[in-house]
Amino acid sequence: MTDKFVVGPSPHVLGPKTVKSVMWEVVIALAPVSIAGILLFGLDALLVLVTATVTAMILEALVLHRNLKPASILGDGSAAVSGLILGLILPPSTPLWMVVIAAAVGILLGKHAFGGLGNNIFNPALVARAFVFMSWPVAMTTWHGPLSLSDWTTRVSVDVASSASPLGGAQHGLMEMFLGQTAGSIGETSALAILLGAIFLIVRGHIDWRAPLGYVGSAAVVAAIYSFLGGDFALTTIAWQLMAGGLLFAAVFMITDMVTSPVTKTGRLLFGIGCGLITMVIRLYLSAPEGVTYGILFMNAMVPLIDRYTVPKVFGEVKSR
Amino acid sequence: MSEYGLFMIFFAAAFFNNFVLIQFLGICPFLGVSKRVESSLGMGMAVLFVMTLASLITWMLHEFLLFPLGLDYLRTITFILVIASLVQFVELFVQKASPTLYKALGIFLPLITTNCAVMGLAIMNVTEGLNIIQTLVHALGAAAGFTLVLVMLAGLREHLEIHDVPKPLAGVPVALLAAGILALAFSGFVL
Repeated sequence: MTDKFVVGPSPHVLGPKTVKSVMWEVVIALAPVSIAGILLFGLDALLVLVTATVTAMILEALVLHRNLKPASILGDGSAAVSGLILGLILPPSTPLWMVVIAAAVGILLGKHAFGGLGNNIFNPALVARAFVFMSWPVAMTTWHGPLSLSDWTTRVSVDVASSASPLGGAQHGLMEMFLGQTAGSIGETSALAILLGAIFLIVRGHIDWRAPLGYVGSAAVVAAIYSFLGGDFALTTIAWQLMAGGLLFAAVFMITDMVTSPVTKTGRLLFGIGCGLITMVIRLYLSAPEGVTYGILFMNAMVPLIDRYTVPKVFGEVKSR
Repeated sequence: MSEYGLFMIFFAAAFFNNFVLIQFLGICPFLGVSKRVESSLGMGMAVLFVMTLASLITWMLHEFLLFPLGLDYLRTITFILVIASLVQFVELFVQKASPTLYKALGIFLPLITTNCAVMGLAIMNVTEGLNIIQTLVHALGAAAGFTLVLVMLAGLREHLEIHDVPKPLAGVPVALLAAGILALAFSGFVL
């Protein structure tokens, strides 16, 4: 789009929004989550995030440009987004070689084997996470607790004892969950930081409210029904379920992915509802501790069917008999 | 499995023990007939019919004939006979009712005879000690799960056809890759 004289079919009106600008703005939206993750989990988290992002960007440059010039490494920013999201959904104590493998699986198998940006069916970061979770389940479910302020002032790197995540049975107050002072993946614990990113994305018009609303809404309904049947119905239980695990992070940064979510508006709502139902059913009734990854991957595969059956009516169209 | 409720048996057969993606049975029609959504739906219905009837008939044969007479060693051959004759029925019906579907399914319609998902289901019904109602529900769940993943993969493959998949991977390779990732997604459904 740098040429001033463009020969081509319409539309000829160009907006300022490009793939590049959208992707870098998503990176900005991910900044609060990343900073919160680093503050909460220390240098380990920083290393995981940097490794995932850099590996993803280098591999993308190699696949697309076959060289490592700075311009090709920066590319259109989509590899940076996928890599950063991948880092944020891994536990802070993940060994770095595992992060490299995860990023390679995500970018090579999840994205470029399907034809690269715009063609991938599944969210690359989630493909990578499901892959490493299947291969090394122990490393992927070893959490360590957040650092406190005194840890930062005394030593920079600390050997933190492993502890249970909220979904693994740890008890936490709602305020702790909101700020993110719980064990969990790097980016998913702090609801506050996620909401900051969400507000930025909504204000800039990069995400549609339908999929996240369907997702969080259906998850809340299932949580309500479950707690009602269990006889301990309370609003705090629902809030707890929504803030535990990766649900909020996924609602803002993963099911809003433009490539792997439906094109139609009704479709997006259905997509969100489907993801929410599967996530909550896996969480509450099945043995896997967290269902976000599987729910979204499953619904990613449904996207072509959803798009097919939710094509909106053309204005003035009459139902033919 | 016989101690589960009916609801659970259905969902176990459709999702948790999905015949295609968890137990890896019936992979051949899964890849063979998943090019178009319509024909994959037709295939799903044909398999539903064969699975339900075959389960009931083989269950009765096993319960009233083979087991009482101590002819258990004839199980495989008897079950294959039952399934093969049912497939002949379906073939006649589809040929008459929808020649287009008949053409689209091609060799895969008679091949339901050797579809290991049908055979596996019939054997599982008797080895798991299900009663006749449970057998019926198990068969319906298995067929529903089979149809679901078949249609999902067909949707994905139609979608991939209009996208720029790298040349060496276009067609079956990328379908296998998509099927593998789909199986990863199903790996979360563990009881």
